[in-house]
Amino acid sequence: MAIVTGKQVGLTGNSAIAYAMRQIDPDVCAAYPITPSTGIIEEFSSYYADGQVSTELITVESEHSAMSACVGASAAGARVMTATSSQGLALMWEMLYIASGMRLPVVMTVVNRALSAPINIHCDHSDSMGARDSGWIQLYSETVQEAYDNLLQAVRIAEDPRVLTPAMVCMDGFITSHAVENITLLADGEVKGFIGDYKPGRSLLDTDNPITMGAMTLQDVYMDFKHEQSMAIAGAKEVVVEVGSDFGRRFGRHYGLMECYRLEDAEAAIVVLNSAAGTTKVAVDELRKKGKKVGLLKPRLFRPFPYAEIAAALKNVKAVCVLDRADSMNGFGGPLFSEVRSALYGLASVPKVMGRIFGLGGRDYTVEHSTAVFEGLYRIIETGRMEELTGYLKS
Amino acid sequence: MATLKELAAKDELFSGGHRLCSGCGIPPIVRLLLRSAGSPVVATSATGCLEVGTSIYPYTAWRIPWIHSAFENAAATISGIESAYRAFKKKGRIPADKEIKFLALGGDGGTYDIGFQALSGALERGHNFLYVCYDNGAYMNTGIQRSSATPLGSATTTSPAGAKRPGKQEWRKDLTRVVVAHNIPYAAQASPHNWRDLEGKARKAFNVAGPAFMNIISPCPLGWYSKPEDSINAARLAVDTCYWPLYEVENGILRVTYRPKEKKPIADWFKIQGRFKHLFKPENSHLLDETQKRIDAEWQRLLDMDGKAVF
Repeated sequence: MAIVTGKQVGLTGNSAIAYAMRQIDPDVCAAYPITPSTGIIEEFSSYYADGQVSTELITVESEHSAMSACVGASAAGARVMTATSSQGLALMWEMLYIASGMRLPVVMTVVNRALSAPINIHCDHSDSMGARDSGWIQLYSETVQEAYDNLLQAVRIAEDPRVLTPAMVCMDGFITSHAVENITLLADGEVKGFIGDYKPGRSLLDTDNPITMGAMTLQDVYMDFKHEQSMAIAGAKEVVVEVGSDFGRRFGRHYGLMECYRLEDAEAAIVVLNSAAGTTKVAVDELRKKGKKVGLLKPRLFRPFPYAEIAAALKNVKAVCVLDRADSMNGFGGPLFSEVRSALYGLASVPKVMGRIFGLGGRDYTVEHSTAVFEGLYRIIETGRMEELTGYLKS
Repeated sequence: MATLKELAAKDELFSGGHRLCSGCGIPPIVRLLLRSAGSPVVATSATGCLEVGTSIYPYTAWRIPWIHSAFENAAATISGIESAYRAFKKKGRIPADKEIKFLALGGDGGTYDIGFQALSGALERGHNFLYVCYDNGAYMNTGIQRSSATPLGSATTTSPAGAKRPGKQEWRKDLTRVVVAHNIPYAAQASPHNWRDLEGKARKAFNVAGPAFMNIISPCPLGWYSKPEDSINAARLAVDTCYWPLYEVENGILRVTYRPKEKKPIADWFKIQGRFKHLFKPENSHLLDETQKRIDAEWQRLLDMDGKAVF
């Protein structure tokens, strides 16, 4: 379903991800359809049916089995991919920890959607935020282009021998997955050259050198395995930067840990993930025209959380609002808020930080909302008072 | 048909020193299975006695590649491994003449209950693997809780022999029949006391193209409240009372592979197991009678179908 204009192609987020998966041509893909990520597996199934991929496609009977089959295939040494959303990710929850604990570099697209109840098929981040402690790398994508580029990079990051950790690439349900954007695709050969071959260090299919995987561990060693895993994920930050730089060198689109938009001299800043960053950029530009020093910080990498870099980027800002598209239900603000605020704690001069929950279940987030948030931040700067530390965005 | 001598001469792929209980039915089952494959085997186990008993880090009883992932997903895990194998064969990463067999193992909890959906899905998708259920009739690993394989009247920790409810109140699920309804090339019931029958079935099951299933009764002294030294005899009595008929369904044709010379009353099997002790009280005799009646009817149904197409 491509609309071609010059070098650019009009694709939905789902089509771009399916296209990237065709180019990556994983050994095994195991998936179960769920709105709004269904289109990814539908289009990939077409590539499979037409013989355009060498992948073994396993159309499993549930998301739990999807991730279980991914674990089996990855343990066999295969390059493995899948995609899901919402309840599907929730059903995989048990297996997410097993994939990461066994250090299997599965790559998954998560098309963000609200969790039931009430049932809702539209965007928020309660699904991937629920998986934030599962030991997966999490990359967030503002646009279709970023989702496409992130997926290609995720393969290299996850499979890096220093990392060997599964990775999920998140994009907003419907807003990004179903909207057509003009993007620049790489040639198949460029993708192959960038991701390289996956050379697993071990495989269940090496019957001459049998290994036991998933053994039971007790009090003597379990914690040491977890410590090693935690260190490896922390080290992934460096690899994300390396891979992002190499991607930029090769293809001209540079990626780091976050995007700072007009943040250098900003007094007031919004921190937000995924597509809402695009809306916020419009508000920033409009307010900048009126002389307001406002800016945006959009984390790209949420796991591992680049707390030092985020603190450094916000250290000169006077007031910050962290927008969370997920509520951690009576925690101290949303998940992004509590981590950003905690990251700022060690600064010599800590900005005022407020948190707002927004956009749940696909509720619109407009330029007006963004502008109102900045106005609120200016009131804090002017009066020194914050009336409401955390809460829901008025909409 | 291999002789016992030939079987004994094969490599031991499941080493001693594991932590399974003395008298447990699982080790002889697994050892026979691995001797029957004829090719290298890659195996997965559902969470359960077999997994815990063979894998406590840094030890392993497995001399073949083996993975444990979770409780309910042995069939899905083996689907992924077998798919990777097919992908690698296609790409030449595994030589064309190298054949690997795939084995998934689960207890009745991991097979009849929590892993049933994954099993059904993998059978329908037609992966080339053998699924073996070692059926000991309850969740033994977690302390003898009832499963849908637990026999009527059996006392477990979640169906205790109470004053009002004397043990499990429901008839067991006939999983082998449910699996047969998936129209797979091979399904069978076996017992470790009849090694010749088990080995022959395993050899067939490993060699059919597509999914195969074996349901194997596995005595459990801990959960059956029986003597470890009685285990093989307990398995024999389960078969001779026709509680656990030995049969196979090969390409849709059912065949009873063993007919006891003298069909024994179910009480003979029950009385060597403490889990049925309360059924011998006069007030519970109806459960014993009902069990006998249903076993007789089920055995007759199998005999009527012997040699016939089941689907």
